[in-house]
Amino acid sequence: MLIRPKEGILDPQGKAVERALPALGFEGIGNVHVGRMVELEADDPEQLGELCEKLLANPLIEDYEIQPL
Amino acid sequence: MIWGVLQFPGSCDERDALHACEVVGGEARLIWHEDRDLSGIDGVVVPGGFSYGDYLRAGAIARFSPAMEAVAEHAAAGGPVLGICNGFQVLCEAGLLPGALLRNQELRFICKQTDLLDDRGDVLSIPLKHGEGRFYAPEEMLDRLEANGQVAYRYADDHNVNGSVRNIAGVRNEAGNVVGLMPHPEHAVDPLTGSIDGRKVFEALEGFAA
Repeated sequence: MLIRPKEGILDPQGKAVERALPALGFEGIGNVHVGRMVELEADDPEQLGELCEKLLANPLIEDYEIQPL
Repeated sequence: MIWGVLQFPGSCDERDALHACEVVGGEARLIWHEDRDLSGIDGVVVPGGFSYGDYLRAGAIARFSPAMEAVAEHAAAGGPVLGICNGFQVLCEAGLLPGALLRNQELRFICKQTDLLDDRGDVLSIPLKHGEGRFYAPEEMLDRLEANGQVAYRYADDHNVNGSVRNIAGVRNEAGNVVGLMPHPEHAVDPLTGSIDGRKVFEALEGFAA
């Protein structure tokens, strides 16, 4: 599961990373967002959407994606 | 009035909350997070700290505790609930209060005395100390909260240190019996600490006790 701040919500972590890039010589990188990844094994992947809604993400402030590994 | 102060693994302000409840003329006892018995309790304080290590998101795990199930029932029955700092985060995660608390705008933990404005426009001098206190709600929800009178506390001009939307420091539910705020009224009840304005935050909820 990839969980990231919703579009339009101030993401100070992403901004801090972005501001550090020029000092390290990285050019032309923008729109940085920092989220988190949750890895798990599930017998029934059908229930993972509900798991994200109820616990792993806060739908008010975060979007999530579910990807098979 | 008898207050119950929740205690999670990682709570750290429950002792001051107990003291504050007593200072405002009530009695208070601790409620362990695995205890779902609130019998004899008139009002609940969900105190500050780092419940369950704040893993995942602040307050995200604590909302599933047996004590919080009891608090949800108490709130639904109209009983007063005060969430302070981490307790505010827990109440938001539990859906008992609207909105969410995000990392402070400057990504720093902030600890300082701040001026808050209550409903009546009174200025309360109350300390805050948090890393994730930036109140957020979508625009349409904010409009609704303001129209319903659900913004309980705002930071005074130049005191919104964490970047909260519309200077919001604390909100209440529609019925008004559940209130949460990031600053710590329980640390401002004794003249020794420079302000006793925090007492008003506790007293404002006393009217909801059955």
